[in-house]
Amino acid sequence: MANIDLPDPGPLSERGPDSFGDRIVRAASTPAHFTWVMSGANGELRIALGGSITIDEAAALWKRVAEVLERVRQPVRVDVDLSNVHAIDGSCMALLTHLQGELRHRRVPCELVGGGKDVRNLLKLYGRRRLKRRRGRRARNAVEHLGEATAGSFAELLRVLNFFGELLVTAFAALRNPRSLNLRDVALTMERSGADALPIVLLINFLIGFVMAYQSAVQLEQFGANIFVADLVGLAVTRELGPLMTAIIVCGRSGAAFAAELGTMKVSEEVDALRTLGLLPLRYLVVPRVFGLMLIAPVLTLMADAIGITGGIVVAATQLDVTPAAFMNELREVMEPWDVISGLVKSVAFSATIGIVACQQGLSTSGGAEGVGRRTTSAVVTILFSLILLDAVFTVLFGALGL
Amino acid sequence: MSEPLITVQGLTVGWGDRVLLENADFEVQRGDVFVILGGSGCGKSTLLRHLIGLETPRAGRIHIAGVGAPRLEGNIPEYGVMFQSGALFSSLSVGENVAFALHEWTDLPLPAINAIVKAKLALVGLEGTEDKLPAELSGGMKKRAAIARAMAFEPSLIFLDEPSAGLDPVSAAELDELINVLNRALGLTVVMVTHELPSIFKVGKNCIMLDRESKSIIARGNPLELKDTSVDPRVRQFFLREAR
Repeated sequence: MANIDLPDPGPLSERGPDSFGDRIVRAASTPAHFTWVMSGANGELRIALGGSITIDEAAALWKRVAEVLERVRQPVRVDVDLSNVHAIDGSCMALLTHLQGELRHRRVPCELVGGGKDVRNLLKLYGRRRLKRRRGRRARNAVEHLGEATAGSFAELLRVLNFFGELLVTAFAALRNPRSLNLRDVALTMERSGADALPIVLLINFLIGFVMAYQSAVQLEQFGANIFVADLVGLAVTRELGPLMTAIIVCGRSGAAFAAELGTMKVSEEVDALRTLGLLPLRYLVVPRVFGLMLIAPVLTLMADAIGITGGIVVAATQLDVTPAAFMNELREVMEPWDVISGLVKSVAFSATIGIVACQQGLSTSGGAEGVGRRTTSAVVTILFSLILLDAVFTVLFGALGL
Repeated sequence: MSEPLITVQGLTVGWGDRVLLENADFEVQRGDVFVILGGSGCGKSTLLRHLIGLETPRAGRIHIAGVGAPRLEGNIPEYGVMFQSGALFSSLSVGENVAFALHEWTDLPLPAINAIVKAKLALVGLEGTEDKLPAELSGGMKKRAAIARAMAFEPSLIFLDEPSAGLDPVSAAELDELINVLNRALGLTVVMVTHELPSIFKVGKNCIMLDRESKSIIARGNPLELKDTSVDPRVRQFFLREAR
């Protein structure tokens, strides 16, 4: 006997829980329809294969091939006898030629011998070219991953800043020569990002005002301070929630759409085609979208403010016995024009951020449909993070300026 | 001989961190149908992108007579380009695609632009498709429409990237015929990338063949003559469709 101990393979139980793994486990544990007989002496191993070996048997065959590869380390000779194989398909032949290739790589001579004409033809086909062993990539440790990610983030930040600088130059040039501005897309952006978004903006902001008033109603009622629901809703909606929630909705609708649209144009060479027609993608594609958003976002925010306060009025009237007239009187007492204006200032900054980041991500797309998806996701995540950050900056800045 | 339309000297081009072509020299004469040949991955399309001005060379010089170095944005289009997929603007109709440069760069009234668009589409055999969207066109029609768009500004030079790739034999032959007509009737200089042998022999007057291994031009001249006379095994392999 050979000095290699290869027990009969049992069912594989240590496979992962994924469905593909499960299927392999099931296939490997079902009785094989081929025979695999190993014998050996004097450092030589002979494997006699027989029967019909098709893709249904591939899992069982692979288990045996893997075990041979795992255990045959010392220099022996391995012969695989295919004389009794009636039929074999390409996948199973590929596994056998893999076995041969791996053993030869370890300087273990291995031959696939015997077999009928069809089997030999298939062997000739699959064994014709020795497959190149892919050089294994060295596994990177956590520090290297962290370093790469950090360097990648800085590089991305630089690209965004570079894009922002180019956009500023282009935008000022477009303002100096408004005829060069793609007004059609400005109007289209205002319609798609403004008019089309209005129902969802109104609904969400009504609910925000409603929920905020509802949550505060119980507390305010305990102290007999029902009327202050107007202060709470009015200030929170106009200064913070109106512009922020509107921006989040615009990000989800228009930011993602811009990134996907420009990304698709980039991978389908439409951006290149635009350049060959003498037009700057920044001026033609980006400036109109950013301008369109910046023009329509304050309008949306104003409507969001109004509907948010309406939500508060509904709760105040139904839960706190505060009449709409009393609510509005209290609002007039407590609110100043700056409360609304500060929200509008924020909305302009938010919309510019949405437009710039979404277009930058879209125009950075490469790699086909998968790249478009990746950049769209990246655009939405980056915009949401930027919005929250920007909101915090504005809040601190306005506070510091006593506004 | 008059000044070449395109002069390329010592050109080195690459993609990412890979150099694809080193120190290449060639010229394209006016009225030529100049074909850039080579196997997959040898840098044909990358070279074309450099000739158009979409990429910046790593070294060397490209000079287009009357233009200088290839230039794109902010300038009236000096030459037309047809991309492999057509790259028509999907949100615009076929007519709007063809009219695009005219709208942007001229003060022509709309009826005049419409008349030009109709004529250009008729020239490429696409009469009556003005109002269709690119998605409604077949692959061959998209390429014809892209040629019409590239021709809109009456260029004397047009670049075509794989014009007959992915087309059925009849559509490919019709497109080849269109290229020949444009070249003969309008004196249009055509620079095209392709590896479709029937197209090469049907339209190509001159060619260069790129080689991935040596990163150089391994043959130049008339494609039919090269096929019959070249002793370079790589050139013969290409023209005779032999496996490596």
